[in-house]
Amino acid sequence: MLAALAGAAGASACVGRTPSGRRVAGSIVGGAHALGHRLRDLGSLPLPSRREEIPVAILGAGLAGLSAAWTFERAGLRDFTVLELEDAPGGTARFGTGPVSPYPWAAHYVPVPPSSNRALVALLEEVGAITGRDPAGAPVYAEDVLVREPEERVFFRGEWYEGLLPRAGIEPEDAEALHRFEARMRAFAGERDAAGRRAFDLPRRRSSPDPRWTGLDALSFGDWLEREGLRGERLRWFAEYGTRDDFGATLAQTSAWAGIHYYAARLATPDSESADVLTWPEGNGRLVSHLASRAGVRLRTRALVLDVTPREGSVDVTWLDAALGETVLTRAEHVVCALPRFLAARVIAPWQERPPAFLGETVYTPWMVANLTLSDRPRSHGYPLCWDNVLYGSPSLGYVVATHQSGGDHGATVFTYYWPLVDDDPRRAREELLATNWETWMARILGDLRRAHPGLESLIERVDVYLWGHAMARPRPGFLWGEALRESARPLGRIHFAHTDLSGMALCEEAQDWGVRAAEAVLRARGATFTSLVS
Amino acid sequence: MRTPAVYLTVLVIATCGLVYELVAGTLASYVLGDSVTQFSTVIGAYLSAMGIGSWLSGYLQRGIAFRFVQVEFAVALIGGLSAPALFLAFGAAPDLFRLVLYGLVLVIGILVGLEIPLVLRLLKDVVEFKDLVARVLAVDYLGALFASVLFPIVMVPELGLVRTSVLLGLLNAVVGLWSTWLFRPLLGSPGLLRAQGAVACAILTAAFAYSDRLTELSEEGLYADPVVYTKSTRYQRIVMTRTGHHFQLFLNGQLQFSSADEYRYHEALVQPAFAARPQAGRVLILGGGDGLAAREVLKHAGVRELVLVDLDPEMTRLAKDNVMLRELNAGALSDPRVQVVNEDALIWLQHERSLFDLAFVDFPDPHSHSLGKLYTSHFYALLRRRLDPELGLAAVQSTSPLLARRSFWCINRTMEAAGFFVRPYHALVPSFGEWGFALGGVSPFETPAEPALASLRSLDGPSLRALFVLGPDMGPLPAEVNRLNNQVLVRYYEEEWRRWN
Ligand SMILES: Cc1cc2nc3c(=O)[nH]c(=O)nc-3n(C[C@H](O)[C@H](O)[C@H](O)COP(=O)(O)OP(=O)(O)OC[C@H]3O[C@@H](n4cnc5c(N)ncnc54)[C@H](O)[C@@H]3O)c2cc1C
Repeated sequence: MLAALAGAAGASACVGRTPSGRRVAGSIVGGAHALGHRLRDLGSLPLPSRREEIPVAILGAGLAGLSAAWTFERAGLRDFTVLELEDAPGGTARFGTGPVSPYPWAAHYVPVPPSSNRALVALLEEVGAITGRDPAGAPVYAEDVLVREPEERVFFRGEWYEGLLPRAGIEPEDAEALHRFEARMRAFAGERDAAGRRAFDLPRRRSSPDPRWTGLDALSFGDWLEREGLRGERLRWFAEYGTRDDFGATLAQTSAWAGIHYYAARLATPDSESADVLTWPEGNGRLVSHLASRAGVRLRTRALVLDVTPREGSVDVTWLDAALGETVLTRAEHVVCALPRFLAARVIAPWQERPPAFLGETVYTPWMVANLTLSDRPRSHGYPLCWDNVLYGSPSLGYVVATHQSGGDHGATVFTYYWPLVDDDPRRAREELLATNWETWMARILGDLRRAHPGLESLIERVDVYLWGHAMARPRPGFLWGEALRESARPLGRIHFAHTDLSGMALCEEAQDWGVRAAEAVLRARGATFTSLVS
Repeated sequence: MRTPAVYLTVLVIATCGLVYELVAGTLASYVLGDSVTQFSTVIGAYLSAMGIGSWLSGYLQRGIAFRFVQVEFAVALIGGLSAPALFLAFGAAPDLFRLVLYGLVLVIGILVGLEIPLVLRLLKDVVEFKDLVARVLAVDYLGALFASVLFPIVMVPELGLVRTSVLLGLLNAVVGLWSTWLFRPLLGSPGLLRAQGAVACAILTAAFAYSDRLTELSEEGLYADPVVYTKSTRYQRIVMTRTGHHFQLFLNGQLQFSSADEYRYHEALVQPAFAARPQAGRVLILGGGDGLAAREVLKHAGVRELVLVDLDPEMTRLAKDNVMLRELNAGALSDPRVQVVNEDALIWLQHERSLFDLAFVDFPDPHSHSLGKLYTSHFYALLRRRLDPELGLAAVQSTSPLLARRSFWCINRTMEAAGFFVRPYHALVPSFGEWGFALGGVSPFETPAEPALASLRSLDGPSLRALFVLGPDMGPLPAEVNRLNNQVLVRYYEEEWRRWN
């Protein structure tokens, strides 16, 4: 059993042929989904062969867990351990490496935060994304970290156009609807409640709880657009591209509050430009590397948490040290549980005995992410290759070019290609995700890209596919401002929770905010003195 | 039947046949580059197609004269229109170009292959076999000689590829029409054939009348002077043209220099910096794969090392190997002090660690994002770090201060934003017009006053000092800093040049 668990993660190598017969190598990654299932089937807990005691244990080394570790480290609490089941940290901000360029496995960018997001500004300063301050004291971002122009393009009726929205041959009423849509989002960006809180803010918890806006959560974004008379094929496509990209959800599956949040929260004021975007060749993996290096040897990979049981004055964490094949019991005074909700549900002992009502409420969209290593840039018609390249009317979200930030415009490259499985029934979507083999995924990807890049197949060197069974929690109508989500974030004795799932929206700002706040709550409980980054 | 007239027919069709082949080969090397491969494969395909044609002629039993005339009309139309068709195909569907090329070569080759066997059979009862074979083949080879001499000397320089192919097609059709009289006794009623011939002639005449438009659609029309070299590399299209004693180099259709006045440009790019730093020993050139800036640098005895970074290995190879270019750049790229690096200059700057006294930045104008990035504050900040902190200077070609004034000042501002102390200057280069440069120092520096060399053609003390005086119509305009994440320069540049065109 233990051996099977230990072997569950990691990549499996694949070799196959493209539809036109070209031999291509690659791999399929994403054992975590399988592991999740096995965790459920574990039955009785194995007896520990080793015991440890430590002031603080952090479970999960995604952005949330790593941010908790970072907070402890900055506050001078150095006695902690981070347990991560995969062989590398990062969770959905992980990255891969290859001979051409490092590339993201999922999260690939961070919008420039407002100065008020001190935690994120501090982290960006540490990774060298901030080079100085302007005379007004605002951070100045490194030019090679801001997305290089040309930034984005869309493939529409046989040609690439600048920007995300094709305006070629647009009907006047469609153009008018788009214009009104944009004006509405700008107006939302300026709205504040009596206490001065923004209607839509990042991290989410800072947003006003005033029902004037939270009432929009009950409605789907699609229904809201309809109600406001915001119609037209282009607008619907554009808005749904946004919800699929950010939430892995259709217009009908996304709450109107979440849909609006995506646009309004990224505008500082109604007249400002949408926030610039920061990115690295390995995507948000750059943040992961930095945070992991600060955690140093206290980060243990291939450490699978099996059980978390609260005791008097401590918490017992039972975990599998897959490297040694041993079961370990770590007794911690405090725990930060930074696991995804669906996995936390399987290891928190009291929840297994009496499952709280909120546990089943989080619905996940599965995603397929593929990294295509190419020997050269494919030819394309129209606007030149950008960082973000989108295909109008495609079930995929298009691709991001990993080598874009490194400045080269010729030669080998890596495309990171995204495909959310937005089926209404996520279980069925997950089954489809896992049942589709590597070769079929490759054929689908090539089929999708072929119309934009006729000669692409002959350039493909590798296709590495990541199957994310539970990639993102869906902000479905009623979820974000409902009781279940609020309940689910409440600490359980000495166990504090952190994860982007607790915001109901998958964003790095949310993950970091949860990690920092959970760590600060622990620091406070331990009577430590520190300067808060979040209050 | 008058046999001498038949030999004349053979001469014409032989000439036409070879010209079609030469047109296809030239055009293929013209748009695809690598002329050895293109010519070998076109000739190979053409000859084997002729073989197929000869073999197929055995299946034609009756009405040989009738068939022969029809073959002439077909060759006339397909061969005659092959050059415009190929140019248009390359413009419309470059992916299908090879398919169209070899398809045409095959069809033309088969038709041409039918011609001689049919002529031989037409004459077999009139002339004794040994004389027949001797004369027909002799005339055929003579036609080939005509074609191969006239094609490069008269046809391509005087007419260009499109008109050459259409005109020869017309000639071919006329010969076909004429054959209906020549072989009158062997043809039942020639009415239908003559009508077909008239249609073919009409189509080709119309094509000839339109060939100016057709040429314009093709690349040939882009250049004022005869094209003498072309190559499509991975990165760009290199074209050289020639007029009299002078030649010009174009990259992607943009003039890079004319040998008539490039010395004015390259002296202005290189010599002011040397006037300020006559002892410079380590020099960097970014871009400038033609070796002309390198030539100016190597005139200075103090230069111990010159690193030249140019993206395109084909460009630097051309500068080394092409006779005209090598003569013009005085063999600069073969100088032992020179090290050529073929890499994207932005990437190279990111990983290079050594220091230079002087740098010369000579990129094509910023008319695309992939060139615009080489004019950003990020780029200049990286460049600045590669320069000697006290004495380091960089001279940057910065487009026309007259025709693209905001672009010129944008480059200036951008260098300043990257920490350079900048002195803008300009020079008159007739081929380009009024041209602009920026001399940037890592530390403040004096405007250079005396050239370090006495042997310069366009610069002495007073004229050097005059470069740094800009008239009011070139004076500063407000401009944003060109950054990787805004690339405003590409926009400025596009707007300004659109206004002048
Ligand atoms: C395809 C995709 C694209 C995205 N793109 C972006 C983007 O561009 N920008 C952006 O801001 N956000 C993006 N996101 C969202 C972003 O990735 C997340 O919000 C953020 O990284 C989540 O961090 P986390 O720590 O909360 O969770 P996770 O990344 O889920 O981390 C949880 C960690 O816990 C570990 N773990 C799970 N179970 C156990 C166990 N039993 N024992 C030990 N460890 C365990 C996991 O391996 C993982 O490392 C994207 C997400 C996806 C799926």
